Amino acid sequence: MGGGLGRTPIVGVSLRDDLPEEDLLAYMEAILRVYNAHGRRDNIYKARIKILVQALGTDEFRRQVEEEFVAMDRARYRIEPALVAAIKARFGAPDFAPEGNAAAVLAEDRRRDIAFDAWVRTNTHEHKAPGYISVVISLKPAGGIPGDATAEQLDLLADLADEFSFGELRVTHLQNVVLGHVRQDQLHTVWQRLSQAGLGTPNVNFITDIVACPGLDYCALANARSIPIAQKLSSRFADLELQREIGDLRINISGCINACGHHHAAHLGILGVDKRGQEAFQITLGGSGEEDASIGQILGPAMAEDETVDAVSRLIDLYLVRRENGERFLDTYRRVGTAAFKDVVYAPA
Amino acid sequence: MPLLENGHPVEDTWRYAVEGEALGAGDVIVPLDRLSEGLGRSEGRLGVVLPNSEAVSVLKEALPKLAVVVVTFPIFRDGRAFSQARALREHLHFTGKIRASGHILPDQYEFLIRCGVDSVEVSGNADMAVWEEALRRFTIATQPSPVLDEKPTGFGLRRFLATP
Repeated sequence: MGGGLGRTPIVGVSLRDDLPEEDLLAYMEAILRVYNAHGRRDNIYKARIKILVQALGTDEFRRQVEEEFVAMDRARYRIEPALVAAIKARFGAPDFAPEGNAAAVLAEDRRRDIAFDAWVRTNTHEHKAPGYISVVISLKPAGGIPGDATAEQLDLLADLADEFSFGELRVTHLQNVVLGHVRQDQLHTVWQRLSQAGLGTPNVNFITDIVACPGLDYCALANARSIPIAQKLSSRFADLELQREIGDLRINISGCINACGHHHAAHLGILGVDKRGQEAFQITLGGSGEEDASIGQILGPAMAEDETVDAVSRLIDLYLVRRENGERFLDTYRRVGTAAFKDVVYAPA
Repeated sequence: MPLLENGHPVEDTWRYAVEGEALGAGDVIVPLDRLSEGLGRSEGRLGVVLPNSEAVSVLKEALPKLAVVVVTFPIFRDGRAFSQARALREHLHFTGKIRASGHILPDQYEFLIRCGVDSVEVSGNADMAVWEEALRRFTIATQPSPVLDEKPTGFGLRRFLATP
């Protein structure tokens, strides 16, 4: 409850962890009624549930929701188990084939083909069905525009989904594409066809797996362009060995304070601002949209595009020097604190 | 100002109290601060205007003696009156008429009815066909209404899912 990004980034809070499934609609209704009655009306930027939760405090907000909830005619709002079952049926698993020797074939393919093995390591997830694997197709080639695909590439993705993943593919919020259910013994074929089309970049979750909003190139709200700086960063860190050395690092870029690029939730966030008529970029560090959710903190004054790219390089250099065994960039930042990172960007050389 | 019920204009037998004048006899709607004066009358039915900043509980005592509660929309996007209508029906079990007044759009008409509103005051130059159409546009709803007796088929999502 009450989480959100934009101009007021806030990590949501938990109201209940024991709500019966059948009461879900009633409880959400109760939340909305409390918000409707008491939410801010005087300022559209503050007309948000998150603002009300902050103003009342979680405990008081929860108390008001509970008060409304217990007064409701819950039988009317009860979600029937049959309804839940009908919805579940529409998200059923496909008919998986038996495992056979799929895992053994994959292991052999990986042993024989180093490039394939590297891609499997970064661009796949385990699957719950034996013999299957889930594939993340990176739309982040070196120096490319995050999330872009040509018409031909889209045709290929559609074909691969039909041939290898039960006709299903998913476009993710990280601006990549997922084939959910690929047989392990067909993965090498999928990879070859992706690679031939320029879709085999093995960089998922690496520093070049950048999320960027459309920015000023396309968006009337933006203060700065997001795409060119994404491309410059992608080119700067294009070397795959370097990327593997740096490891997991999420960069998100937003071209304005509305935060469509979710920069607050990035390990290293970049926010485009208008600085006296010039495009400039603010860096935030320490954000995460995962289980350890946190809001990135602004490092210092905004800089011009090229300065920002150089600043990111210096931040990465510091991380590589200061990190301890197995730490991600985020872990090192959290342990070491802001000051050292701020110095490396702003202190005179 | 025409009054709509079930998508059609109906005769409005109510009048609003005029500031500084006695309430007189007959059916009259009073502002909240004249509620006790209205309750003190011996003849005629009584209605009250509930400002959208008030909790419905302010009417709790008077409700059995009220025939109409008017909920208000200073502007269409201030939707507090929706929750007030629901609370009047669901929490206080009000069975009289709920009338909506103010800046209301035809797109909101069905939601008002689903929240327990019976009648809507529309502006004199409103296109009645648009209001009537607004009630017919959607045949399913994903939220249950506290007033419409539409179980089991009317809980729209279930009906939708039941259709292969």
